[in-house]
Amino acid sequence: MVELLRDKDRIFTNLYGLQDWRLEAARKRGAWLGTNEILQQGRDWIIDNMKASGLRGRGGAGFPTGLKWSFMPKEVTNRPHYLVVNADESEPGTCKDREMLRHDPHLLIEGALVASFAMQANACYVYLRGEYVQERNRLQAAIDEAYAAGLVGKNACGSGFDFDIYMHHGAGAYICGEETALLESLEGKKGQPRLKPPFPANAGLYGCPTTVNNVESIAVGPTILRRGAAWFKSFGRDNNAGTKVFCISGHVNAPCNVEEALSIPMTTLIEEYAGGVRGGWDNLKCVIPGGSSVPLLPREICDDVLMDFDALSAVKSGMGTAGMIVMDKSTDVVAAIARLSYFYKHESCGQCTPCREGTGWMWRVMERMVTGEAEMREIDMLLDVSKQIEGHTICALGDAAAWPIQGLIRHFRPEIEERINNYRANKPVFVSQVAAE
Amino acid sequence: MSARRLAKDQPDSFVLSAASKKEIAVWIKKYPKGRQASALIPGLWIVQKQAGGWLPAPALEAIAAHLDMPYIRVYEVATFYTMFNLAPVGEHHVQLCGTTPCWLRGAGDLKKVCESKIGPKGSVSADGKFSWIEVECLGACANAPMIQISNADGDGYYEDLTTENLEVLLDDLAAGRKVKPGPQNARHTSEPETGATTLNTKGFYNKVKKKKLPNTSKTKAGAK
Amino acid sequence: MTDLRKVNIDGAELEVPGDYTLMQACEQAGAEIPRFCYHERLSVAGNCRMCLVEWVGAPKPQASCALQIKDLRPNRDGSCANILTNSPTVKKAREGVMEFLLINHPLDCPICDQGGECDLQDQAMGYGRVGSRFDMNKRAVDDKYMGPLVATVMTRCIQCTRCVRFITEVAGVSEIGLASRGEDAEITTYLEKSLTSEMSGNIIDLCPVGALTSKPYAFNARPWELEPTESIDVMDAVGSNIRIDSRGGRVLRIVPVINDDINEEWISDKTRFVWDGLGRQRLDRPYVRKNGQLVPVSWDEALAVVAGKLGGDPESIAAIAGDLACTESMKALNDLMDGLGVKSIDCRQDGAPLGETVVGGGRQEYLMNTTIAGIEQADALLIVGSNVRHEAPLVNARIRKTWIHKDLEIGMVGVPYDLTYDYGHLGETAAELETLLKSTKGFARKLKSAKNPMILIGQGALARKDGAKILRLCGKVADKFGMVREGWNGWNVLHTAAARVAGLDMGFVPGKGGRDLAGILAGAKDGSVKTIYNLGADEIAEDLFGEAFVIYQGSHGDRGAHRADVILPGAAYTEKDALWVNTEGRVQMGFAAVPPKGDAKTDWKIIRALSELCKRTLPYDDIEALRKKLFADHPTFAGLNYAPGANMGAEGAADFAPAKLGAAGKPLKAPLKSGVGDFYFTNPVARASRVMAQCSQECGGNASLSEVRT
Repeated sequence: MVELLRDKDRIFTNLYGLQDWRLEAARKRGAWLGTNEILQQGRDWIIDNMKASGLRGRGGAGFPTGLKWSFMPKEVTNRPHYLVVNADESEPGTCKDREMLRHDPHLLIEGALVASFAMQANACYVYLRGEYVQERNRLQAAIDEAYAAGLVGKNACGSGFDFDIYMHHGAGAYICGEETALLESLEGKKGQPRLKPPFPANAGLYGCPTTVNNVESIAVGPTILRRGAAWFKSFGRDNNAGTKVFCISGHVNAPCNVEEALSIPMTTLIEEYAGGVRGGWDNLKCVIPGGSSVPLLPREICDDVLMDFDALSAVKSGMGTAGMIVMDKSTDVVAAIARLSYFYKHESCGQCTPCREGTGWMWRVMERMVTGEAEMREIDMLLDVSKQIEGHTICALGDAAAWPIQGLIRHFRPEIEERINNYRANKPVFVSQVAAE
Repeated sequence: MSARRLAKDQPDSFVLSAASKKEIAVWIKKYPKGRQASALIPGLWIVQKQAGGWLPAPALEAIAAHLDMPYIRVYEVATFYTMFNLAPVGEHHVQLCGTTPCWLRGAGDLKKVCESKIGPKGSVSADGKFSWIEVECLGACANAPMIQISNADGDGYYEDLTTENLEVLLDDLAAGRKVKPGPQNARHTSEPETGATTLNTKGFYNKVKKKKLPNTSKTKAGAK
Repeated sequence: MTDLRKVNIDGAELEVPGDYTLMQACEQAGAEIPRFCYHERLSVAGNCRMCLVEWVGAPKPQASCALQIKDLRPNRDGSCANILTNSPTVKKAREGVMEFLLINHPLDCPICDQGGECDLQDQAMGYGRVGSRFDMNKRAVDDKYMGPLVATVMTRCIQCTRCVRFITEVAGVSEIGLASRGEDAEITTYLEKSLTSEMSGNIIDLCPVGALTSKPYAFNARPWELEPTESIDVMDAVGSNIRIDSRGGRVLRIVPVINDDINEEWISDKTRFVWDGLGRQRLDRPYVRKNGQLVPVSWDEALAVVAGKLGGDPESIAAIAGDLACTESMKALNDLMDGLGVKSIDCRQDGAPLGETVVGGGRQEYLMNTTIAGIEQADALLIVGSNVRHEAPLVNARIRKTWIHKDLEIGMVGVPYDLTYDYGHLGETAAELETLLKSTKGFARKLKSAKNPMILIGQGALARKDGAKILRLCGKVADKFGMVREGWNGWNVLHTAAARVAGLDMGFVPGKGGRDLAGILAGAKDGSVKTIYNLGADEIAEDLFGEAFVIYQGSHGDRGAHRADVILPGAAYTEKDALWVNTEGRVQMGFAAVPPKGDAKTDWKIIRALSELCKRTLPYDDIEALRKKLFADHPTFAGLNYAPGANMGAEGAADFAPAKLGAAGKPLKAPLKSGVGDFYFTNPVARASRVMAQCSQECGGNASLSEVRT
């Protein structure tokens, strides 16, 4: 039996908003505790400890956070440094940052201060997706509290460090979750990703050195530093350290968000926290483990896969944002993926050729597969087209559009073929694998 | 989605209200001098609210002038971001999430409710009270299926919907009754429906211990 | 020293500067890299993905237009990075991009004006697959109205955004954008308004497909039917290099020829679209006024009448050369007048007092000495009385380019115009020049601290009664701020007439005791000037010629012809081999693309024929002989394609004393105003063009007609 994470080791102590989000209550839960002491340890100490904690970015790519911070120029020249917090949470299946923003905003603000201090950024922008209207109002209120309490602003926390934090928001564009598109958007433009290099650490917001981090990566910082890198590292396997907020949606009995240690078995997460798969584990068809962009995993793999970066990439999927989408056997998985294909077509910024043209092409073929009208040869063609997009675009949206389809063909090719055959045989193309619910 | 363009019928003019200007000024102050273009998206949002939920062409021109930007740059942004409505919407603008996590949990059935209560996707009801569109993932997947309703009261998320409680919700709105955003069942937020299985140990956070940090000068401990 | 880096391209190692892009390095290595969005004169977009190459060891192919050599990590073993431009990965990437570009591209090449000169067509042949695997409906995109010049077929658009970048970066008007997103992304102007840029036609050349094509040229010809003639533009004094495409004796279009020293890769809309004016209002036979009516006559009769008139008292005869007169015709007329003893000749139909007070330095007085390309070396610029944007769009584009990429401080004295860049407006009157001379603050401080300051004086500041005084003031400013020194000549006169510098260079100005333009017109009024030979001067109001007998030689039935008593039909600039000297003093050779219209003749030949009847036979029978004499009389004409200022300081900048130019005295209070009113109507060819008329109405060419000297 796997040992579950204990509440005392959870960082997001108000994940469900069961308690007050305000400063006073947040302080009682440990936020803003000895922040000045942390800052007094100095920039190098902070970055070294973040590196030592083994924290990998929580936004999807899993890049080591401490290392990323160390890429910022050591000296501030005439170009100010910026921290930009990516709260443009839009990856289907992912709804964790929202809880932090509205229930634990002070952890984020404190984390932003610590991270900004470490990178000598006197200003931080938190970019929320436009739809999170209540969340941005909440964050703004928390920022106002922090200013009033002297925690941020001039001489933040009495540290002698001046720090401004600003809430900013988008207006409906998944692509703005891509860090350079986010910066473009923050500059008042369309969210079209920039070419890299130059990387944001050299030329980011307003052409100045910038680090873009996910909400969770920033918000966990102060707690890690307070409780020690070793404490954080004690959770999860090597190279997959720490706790993480998982989102479990889809065909489970009790969809939820939950903070757990990395490397927890997928079964445990689903069974212990999400009330199990609808109709029991045996009724599981597949799981998309890390947000819509990663390839799905069929039940056989789900049986014993661990939820961490290395385990999931070993089975040709990915940890992504840890937004798990569970599908039981009633699911029309071809339609489920086709709907994702529509999503990527809808969210393509239209800048570069393979994504602009390819996402629409793939979606249309997927729709024909849903109805069974597609030709059998189109399965391989679709796979080929997806590879023509993957790795050929400016940003990773092209990859993200390709992978769900590749996962589908890898694991459920017979199902697509069956539909095509059924269509030609004038039979119903899709028959649920379970009797009517 | 087809190309997003401005509505055919446009008002002759639009004047930024004093309140809008004041709100926009707050945003402009957030950015370095000369970077007022950064306030464009929040500014368009404010203008959209002032104009009654959509962006008429004169409003685009007004904000462009206010932020000293070429019209075409503002037009690009207005047509790029899907929360900007380029044609009038209903008093209650329903944005139904249709992406896979919601779809798996019955968003398709919710669409039928909207179709029967409001009309075809993308339309405004005859009385102008409602309009509905399908949107992409709204980031509340653990509370799927869900919708966002933009109206005079804000832009609340209405979660854990069923065909039944959506009908009630829309009826309440139609009747002018107050509705409560959030899960429309017994859930508080994104804890399991059966009740929180974590973060429920009594007073767990009181036990939080802080590690002793090196290099701490005693005289300067903490703020206030 | 540039920072050289090693890179291995297709197996061969080479050393290139670190700031080279992979694309540049590959080209240096002899590898051809296909591209659509990349253009060397625009910012890098990296969006078409056609230029992908393989960087051995990298997880994915790289956009070679964007990646710089210095960003390549060496291999693990320390050897330099390996780039492959023809590996299977690259081939597949290119085929993939081609396929994607073509799935929604219509198969309407047979009815597309881009056919035959289409990048997409060419590269599909070179890099595409045999067939498409996409068998669904293609996307249709609504066409967009962009004004009278640019036709759109937006279904063909491949969203490369070259047009967006050109209009925003080079033209500086931010009028085109990529709206909407994803596969619905579409190029448009705001609410389909007309483009107002005077450089908009360049997006037609830039468009790699047939999405943006020329409206006036639509369906006129296929590129392979056209006869190309490289020549020189005369719409302004820039001397843009052009190619005139003709078929069957008609000019069908004009496109730019790259010349980095002058127009780079661009031309103005007037240069590009004026050609329909070459077919309208043409003078195609000689006329003589009889009983108040101009009636067609034979050449013999017309020339006999003219010869008769020129036989009169030389004191009562005058000659004026207009803005489009070619060097050869001016030379012939100058020589003829000389032979007849006529001293009242003037090539300055606007009356600007240039070419009179030569005080050392010679032509430097009236040239743009910094040169157009030299603007890029300047760090401060004072514009005096000029709407540079409408007087010389390509000079303006160069100023804007420098303003964007370098720290060019710009100040302006005169009526403020929208020049597409920011400048400090010092005031509208010449008094501001006096203020500037006394000031040590503001723009004066910037000029003082500048390393390479320059002044750009428009004809509007000079072609007025107090022009000489303003010239002196400008000279003093140049002197005070060290604009002319060893190694740098920041003294610049911006001409608007293609003929003017050649005229000044050959001394087509009053001889000793001769009358200048004002004197000639005064003489016409009081009857002391009885005969005026008007060589294409169309900017002078008809009634100013008084009772004089006017011989008009030119190509179009414009103001000059209306007032003429004899019309000698000449050739337009596209119809004759001719030398042109631009505002930099650069001599360039134009060539005839088509023959003159009807009975019209090459201009210098008309004068040569006339000289025989006048018994003053000019000593040349062909153009070579004429030019030989020209070069002998005025050696500067022999230095083809060479701008004297480009060799900064070598031509005696030290002797040139701008503070002594012009005349002393207090200038008038009237604001300094550009001589160009309506950009689209500055000369007889443009005024004959329907396209230009349409532009004037729709593209903001200014409502008033060109300034007429009254």
